[in-house]
Amino acid sequence: MPKLSDLLVPAPLRKTPKPGETGVPNQPAPQDLKDNPPERPSDYQRLGQQALEAPMESVAWIDQRLATSGFLTGMLFRKVPKGTNWFYTLGSAALFAFIVQAVTGVFLAMFYTPSTTQAYTSIAHINNDVFLGQLVHGMHKWGASVMVILVFLHMGRTFFFGAYKYPRELNWVIGVVILILTMTMAFTGYLLPFDQRSYWASIVGININGTGPIVGPYLSDFLRAGPELGATTLSRFYAIHMLLVPGALIALIGAHMYLVVKLGTTAPPWTKVGKPRVAEPTANLDAGVSSGNGYRPNGSGPTIAGVQLETTDGDGTAQA
Amino acid sequence: MPDDADNINVPYRAPQQVRDEPPPPGYFEGESMTRRKVFTIAAQGLGGLAGAAIILPAVGFAVAPIFHRGKERWEAIGSTSNFVEDTYRQVTFTEVPGIGDAGKTLAYVRKSSKELGEEPGQYVAVSNRCAHLGCPVRFVEAAGNFICPCHGGVYDFQGKRIGGPPVRPLDRFQTRVNKGQVEVGPRYSVTSQLKPVRARDPGEFTGGIWEYLYPPRPSTFPAP
Repeated sequence: MPKLSDLLVPAPLRKTPKPGETGVPNQPAPQDLKDNPPERPSDYQRLGQQALEAPMESVAWIDQRLATSGFLTGMLFRKVPKGTNWFYTLGSAALFAFIVQAVTGVFLAMFYTPSTTQAYTSIAHINNDVFLGQLVHGMHKWGASVMVILVFLHMGRTFFFGAYKYPRELNWVIGVVILILTMTMAFTGYLLPFDQRSYWASIVGININGTGPIVGPYLSDFLRAGPELGATTLSRFYAIHMLLVPGALIALIGAHMYLVVKLGTTAPPWTKVGKPRVAEPTANLDAGVSSGNGYRPNGSGPTIAGVQLETTDGDGTAQA
Repeated sequence: MPDDADNINVPYRAPQQVRDEPPPPGYFEGESMTRRKVFTIAAQGLGGLAGAAIILPAVGFAVAPIFHRGKERWEAIGSTSNFVEDTYRQVTFTEVPGIGDAGKTLAYVRKSSKELGEEPGQYVAVSNRCAHLGCPVRFVEAAGNFICPCHGGVYDFQGKRIGGPPVRPLDRFQTRVNKGQVEVGPRYSVTSQLKPVRARDPGEFTGGIWEYLYPPRPSTFPAP
């Protein structure tokens, strides 16, 4: 009986087992074809067979050219440590919140006008007139808070589980940049409806930026594109909100996930560390190896120790 | 011959291979740089130039507004007889043109008062922008104070801070009289002694060392 994960992989994407590998039954010897000729399938049977195989064949055709199955199976069926629990889904949840924001944002942009005189009316139009407009706007508006909360919870999980430690420090750094960019998205998106609340909130937010010494005044001038909040401020916030930061976010989320897959996840801190399941190297060395070869105590298993012994032999020959 | 067991801590290294390759074409004795290195540096330099040709204009375009100062605007807000010494009159005028109501701002205007030690014959226009974080303050007639609804900043009749989180007095607008009409012009900030300085954003201190820690922005107008 193959493993469950093998059953989930479509047949063309499965790794071909090596001969003699466990799980491959020994084939009976082929019988004489003359004694037992196989029945020829009818044309209809062959057509039906081909139709059944067509989807898999096309998947295999694409996979042969893209060579993605190795990557996909490696990513989807990678090993996770014992004790992995629901807290580990916070990162995926944050990613899902980002996807919701991206999709709803694209559709909101079809109706939104980033001009000081029309922004408010275009949002009112979305809410009042467009079919399901209030729903999509609401998903984007409340989804923003959801994403910020999830990113923070994900950061808390990483911190309290100690998952930021070696070798995952760089992923923590990338995550901090993603957090900052998420806050930038929240800040720039807040101005876009251009009602009283967003106008005054943006004024306060820009002025908080301005209180940083020396660079602060220039930073707030940069954000406003001038000494006062004006028409360019809105279009600037709009461009940052829907072009600049999303691009950077997508790139950084990609790097973040690449490192997660490459480095693997950590076990929860309360997981007991079991004994490593390798034989003691001494047992093998005592049995078969004569003296004169170097015994390397840093060898971790019999196989590795054996390789090391061979190299020692080579070393000795080279020296002699 | 020493036993191998003595060398157990010496890592194994493959013996170095010495390859006898012919010199690359164009090689001469005493050359300081290979042809490959010259072309590597030249290609990287050209790539850097091409990148800079794209990025520098884009960055300049984005930061240019920091160094741009708009046109000076003066707007008439009413006849001189409209304004008295002992109380403020509220006027609304356009500070940022072209963006409708969002570009309007509000000022409290009065005649200068001899009792307060001000130069006579002038008009004082106090901005309603709170010096804490920029919320709109209101002049409360009964108290004779400006009060900010956001975080409880309180200013006296002249706009000096007397309570709450604001860091300096309320901003002012330049005023002048033209054909019997009072006109308001560019914004400026004041120190705690009401000395005019270039306009600062809310939340930024004025006077003393703060003039250097919060440098004046090129986009603002010089103080009167």
